[in-house]
Amino acid sequence: MRPLTEDETKTMFEKLSKYIGENIKLLVDRPDGTYCFRLHNDRVYYISEKILKLATNISREKLVSVGTCFGKFTKTQKFRLHITALDFLAPYAKFKVWVKPGAEQSFLYGNHVLKSGLGRITENTAQYQGVVVYSMADVPLGFGVAAKSTQECRRVDPMSIVVFHQADIGEYIRSEDTLT
Amino acid sequence: MGRKLDPTNKVKRGPGRKARKQKGAETELAKFLVEEDTEPKRLSSRARKRAAKRTQPSVQATEETVKKQPQKGFTDENSEWLKPAKRKRPVDESDGEEDSDSQWEQEEDEEEENTGAGLKAKEANEDEEEKEEDGGDDDSDDDEAMVDDYGAMEDSSEGEADDADGEELLPIERAARKQKKLEAAMEQDSDEDEEDEEEEEEEESGSEHVDEEDTVQANIDELDRFKLPDSEDREKEGLLPIDLQSIYQRIKDNVDVLSNFASKREEGKERAEYLSLLKKDLSTYYSYNTFLIEKLLDIFPVSELIDFLEANEIHRPVTIRTNTLKTRRRDLAQALINRGVNLDPLGKWSKVGLVIFDSSVPIGATPEYLAGQYMLQGASSLLPVMALSPQEGESVLDMSCAPAGKTTYMAQLMRNTGVIVANDASAERLKSVVGNIHRLGVTNTVICNYDGRQFPKVMGGFDRVLLDAPCSGTGVISKDPAVKTSKDEADIQRSAHLQKELILSAIDSLNAESKTGGYLVYCTCSIMVEENEWVVDYALKKRNVKLVPTGLDFGKEGFTRFKERRFHPSLHLSRRFYPHSHNMDGFFVAKLKKFSNTVPAMPAGEPAEEENVPAETETPAPSKESPKNPGSKVKGKKPLKVKAGIAKGKVATNGTVAKNLTKKPTDVLKKKGMKDRKMKPKVAKDGTETAKEPKVEEKNEGSRFEKKSDKKRSKNPMKESNRMGKNKFKKFKKMLKKEEVA
Repeated sequence: MRPLTEDETKTMFEKLSKYIGENIKLLVDRPDGTYCFRLHNDRVYYISEKILKLATNISREKLVSVGTCFGKFTKTQKFRLHITALDFLAPYAKFKVWVKPGAEQSFLYGNHVLKSGLGRITENTAQYQGVVVYSMADVPLGFGVAAKSTQECRRVDPMSIVVFHQADIGEYIRSEDTLT
Repeated sequence: MGRKLDPTNKVKRGPGRKARKQKGAETELAKFLVEEDTEPKRLSSRARKRAAKRTQPSVQATEETVKKQPQKGFTDENSEWLKPAKRKRPVDESDGEEDSDSQWEQEEDEEEENTGAGLKAKEANEDEEEKEEDGGDDDSDDDEAMVDDYGAMEDSSEGEADDADGEELLPIERAARKQKKLEAAMEQDSDEDEEDEEEEEEEESGSEHVDEEDTVQANIDELDRFKLPDSEDREKEGLLPIDLQSIYQRIKDNVDVLSNFASKREEGKERAEYLSLLKKDLSTYYSYNTFLIEKLLDIFPVSELIDFLEANEIHRPVTIRTNTLKTRRRDLAQALINRGVNLDPLGKWSKVGLVIFDSSVPIGATPEYLAGQYMLQGASSLLPVMALSPQEGESVLDMSCAPAGKTTYMAQLMRNTGVIVANDASAERLKSVVGNIHRLGVTNTVICNYDGRQFPKVMGGFDRVLLDAPCSGTGVISKDPAVKTSKDEADIQRSAHLQKELILSAIDSLNAESKTGGYLVYCTCSIMVEENEWVVDYALKKRNVKLVPTGLDFGKEGFTRFKERRFHPSLHLSRRFYPHSHNMDGFFVAKLKKFSNTVPAMPAGEPAEEENVPAETETPAPSKESPKNPGSKVKGKKPLKVKAGIAKGKVATNGTVAKNLTKKPTDVLKKKGMKDRKMKPKVAKDGTETAKEPKVEEKNEGSRFEKKSDKKRSKNPMKESNRMGKNKFKKFKKMLKKEEVA
């Protein structure tokens, strides 16, 4: 476990800012203690300093996970957000998409959101903007990228994709082994 | 809770139940072939009467006249249970009526002498009234007829010699019987047929009102008594296809006899014979191995054992726990009801539990589940966490956490503050831990993959520790029926041994000085005493811990004595949960508080080990302590041998050694009570010894680990050197002594 390097921090923050914008500083400066990002097995964990201190007792090969896993660095040093980060993305998300109850299940199986399943969408969402996907009951279901801007969404036909799927909570079951 | 639509009750599974329903040709065949065995049981009520008549026709006749007589106008006690006999007579015996008439008159005269004419005249009217009432109710008449008959049978079997005595007793007997009849009639539906009634009575007699049932019961049994099949029958049985129906009936009868052994036993048969048959039948019927049945028989009385075994055949209700970090129970219940789930709150004792009766969607894959609003979790696994009651801001260790049901419950009780270290020995199982912890939004955990036994070396000073020890799983047979046949003595001993190691290392990880904590909760999903009370008792002796109330207001108290073993009296504070009495998995929970961080030296144990060294610092062990020495010595040293025994496959020796382990110290404990605690400070005073002793203690543990895995050996070279030091120390002592002697 080690702190992130300059490059890694930059890559990761860029990715995060696609979803939560400047709210990112709320993650770093928290009133309830200092939180930090740590890299362990190519994965980035978001931990309170207190827990971090305790975790240093544990040898590297025995440590499985600590705090919350945000995502991992790929072999090509790109950052990929995991669904486990949703708890921190959802409250700060700038742009949101709500899906209709019928389309909920489809999204949870890893499909893109179609226009027919689109319930609501934040105004002024630009194309390729990172969005967090909610059910109509305001339960965060995952996140993705807007395939169309809000304006375009109004015009397209019902079967066209409006949000590209990136991660959904169905992964807790589908890919439990690869979460961390 | 209205458990109306429980799907688990609808679908009854397991070999026993299914087979019981199917009465195929083989059952019929078996009936023909083992006629002697089953015949007495299959007699109908009428047949029994006829049989009784055949054996003692003359007595029967006289008896019946006695019964008839009160109809002519005697006390109402008599009238009530006599009428049926009259009703029945025309049906049963066509020829008996005339002569009985004449006999009535004779009997009447006799009775008149006894009771007095005035009384008779008064009560005659009442009798007639009652007769009319009873006439309308055929079934109740039948019941009474039965009792009537039994009375006859009883008398007949007693023989004519007893007749005079019998008549003297009759008024009293009648009064008693009448009362019993009335009570029975209150309880039972009058339309139940005679056979059912008999069974019910048998069952009841197993429970509280044994004595109440006694008279009625005894009468029945005079003829229809359960007979032990002799060895020939058993041999035959081995050849025939198994008839589960008859085995079930035999189990029932056997339990009945065993619960009223004095009155119902067959002459000349030992209790052991009944028990061995019962064991055999139970293991056949419920398909357990004999070992487990014997173990369970030690824990439960026979009648309760049947309940337990039956409860293991059905599944426990599916329960979920609300994740209060993300939602509230009411909201969750609403959301699930909208999805077509039928649910109810779990019980008064839990504010987060819900029982699922039936569901149109898979309960483990709803969007609510995926969003981490609830966790699928057995009711029983909420208990240890409630007992632990972790507080906000504490550091808590969960020693064997997979699949993180309890860990996440702790986190939600702590509102995601403090630290939880979730450990599990299996890396594979930790994947589900990671998934569940993230899904439920728990952020205060460190997940690691150590062997729990080496944990104190990794980190210590926890405020609370939860040890959900790996166990034989005898409490969750309904979940995993493989346990029925796969466990034997060695398995139990092996897991008990592991549990003892784990509980010590769990205690060592605790911080006794913690302001809010210093608590350990030990729980298993086994109901074996070896894995529960015994382990806790062991910990009480080895460490500065005491039992405290679990804070659970239900469950059965732990055993303080079990067979030849005597545990610490405070073990009644631990709690046991059973599938048949609490409708949750079998479970054991004990809460311990650590009151001192020092690892107690074996009181006078170590000096005794060096017996040839005269006690320079300590006075020679007084008589009280001396029995302790071998015990503690064994504890200190034996584990090595035990391990070796397991490795070699000498399981039997392991078992005996283990027995010795507890037996000796418990004996001492019985004598001294808490005294050994008080003795520790005393030992602590003698400077040179105490400094070493804790190390010896650790050393022993270290060496145990080394046996287990090579990794650990490399981990503690320190201990290795310690050991050398100790040995050298001993050697020096011996040398010094020799020199002195010389």
